[in-house]
Amino acid sequence: MFTGFMVNAWQVGTIVAVVAGVVGFFVVLRGAAFPAHAIPNGAFAGAAGANLIGLNPLLGLGVFSALAALGIGGLGKRGRPDVATALALVLMLALGAAFLSQSTQYEPEIYSLLFGEILGVSSTQILPTLLLGLASVLAIAVLYRRLLLTSLLPDVAASKGVDPYRVDVMFLLVVGLATTMTVPVVGALLIFSLMIGPPAAARTLTSRPGAALWLSVSFSLLTIWIAIAASYQTNWPVGFYVGVISAAWYLAARTYVRTQSFLVLRRRVI
Amino acid sequence: MHFFLEPGFFSNAPVRTALLLGAVVAAVSAVVGVITVVRSQSFAGHALTDVATAGGSGAYYLGVGALWGFLGGSLAGAGAMELIGVQRVRRRDLATGIVLGAATGLSALFLYLDTTVKATTGATQQILFGSIFSVSSSTIPYVAIFGGLVVLMMAIMRRPLLLTSLSSEIASSQGVRVRMVGVLFMFCLAVSVGLSSIAIGSILSTALLIGPAATALRVARSIAAATFLAIGLGIISTWLGILLAYDSFYWDPSSQGLPVSFFIVAICFVFYVFSGIALSRRRAQETRRPVATDSALSAEGR
Repeated sequence: MFTGFMVNAWQVGTIVAVVAGVVGFFVVLRGAAFPAHAIPNGAFAGAAGANLIGLNPLLGLGVFSALAALGIGGLGKRGRPDVATALALVLMLALGAAFLSQSTQYEPEIYSLLFGEILGVSSTQILPTLLLGLASVLAIAVLYRRLLLTSLLPDVAASKGVDPYRVDVMFLLVVGLATTMTVPVVGALLIFSLMIGPPAAARTLTSRPGAALWLSVSFSLLTIWIAIAASYQTNWPVGFYVGVISAAWYLAARTYVRTQSFLVLRRRVI
Repeated sequence: MHFFLEPGFFSNAPVRTALLLGAVVAAVSAVVGVITVVRSQSFAGHALTDVATAGGSGAYYLGVGALWGFLGGSLAGAGAMELIGVQRVRRRDLATGIVLGAATGLSALFLYLDTTVKATTGATQQILFGSIFSVSSSTIPYVAIFGGLVVLMMAIMRRPLLLTSLSSEIASSQGVRVRMVGVLFMFCLAVSVGLSSIAIGSILSTALLIGPAATALRVARSIAAATFLAIGLGIISTWLGILLAYDSFYWDPSSQGLPVSFFIVAICFVFYVFSGIALSRRRAQETRRPVATDSALSAEGR
């Protein structure tokens, strides 16, 4: 379980989990769940397109996730943001369907782009994943104060001259960057689960941003480690475990907070 | 004329099925879509397609009828979103996201089981992307009946629905049960999305739910007018898209043609962009008082 090709899976999984935990924390904080779903899915179309014309899928993923981020930001400025996200998403998915119809793509490849193939990661993929992951975390570190300000105290941000629209677009670009690195590994659909469940659980447990960020990364790491181990043992897709465990964190956190407040309430009554 | 309308278009049975089914689904989606956009629930509307897909792939594995899988998945998803807390606006997207994440995990499992255990190829693509041309005509009666029920429910609820969507405070002061109305609307949305996911695929389901409705809301001056306009736009986009997809087989003899979803989405998007231009032009000219549509809001200088 810890030898051979599994070493790659553990390494890449760990990188992906850290990035998803950090980026996902702000996704939850900013209520950007829909764009965080739309960007990886749209990027999937880019991979299909790159495959069609014989380019590296990573390039297609990068270009399309950047286009998705800019498209959502641009359309959202002039209309309802959720409508903009939905339309940008379906436009890219439709392009993806068109690319796929022109290629003779073997079906398992489509499946692995959507749901990931972490157990099949090759050692050549580790370095690009690590570099893109570092870039995403670095970008978040640079934007950290502005992201927190515009999410939590929009009035203060405005008085300090921070342009919320620009911060938003920059943040979506970071989501795109994180997407580019994670889609080939965990798949377009599952990076979303990882960016929502663990951070949402962390936010439910504490309102202090620093502590929540650490919790988010820890939950996300645990999720992917458990998922890899379980997938190795059962042979079921890793995406299944990632999706279900991510959601379970949130439900567990909500239940914990609820019982705590119930106990406090009961103590007061008694 | 042959350039635009390739021979055999109307005598082709799958095309006739597609035209009929597409029109029904587009109309139902438009009716539900207008309220979805007004309530800012596009994310839920889209997420339910993926949840329905999980249900569909599960049904495929269990050997249950796909229609029931899609409908059941969609309804279960809507119920879960409601339980986690869709009604509180701040938490709504998060609840949707959690349900969506869990559902995609289940999809991953079911599709894996479908392709490995049942050894069927084409299941992934069929379930994920769907095609209006491959729908069996036996699905049409179900789609028509359930679609009709949804439209009927929306028509009966239209006043309380509109009130709660615009201001839940005013609505509850008028004695409207806001939570109840929200749950019933999620029910309508789930049925509509479940139907459209199986009939036309998940991409088109979202496109026809949001695209025509958002376009109509930018142009029309009342919700009723927007609804009728959205129905019209939805049907036009669908029919034109089917025609172009059919024609595309003839454009280049060596190609396999382009998918319907590509054309319909492109047309919906063009309408949306043009409505934006029309809106900004009107914004410059007008100062009329409005009701609730985007074109109305723009007059107030939004």
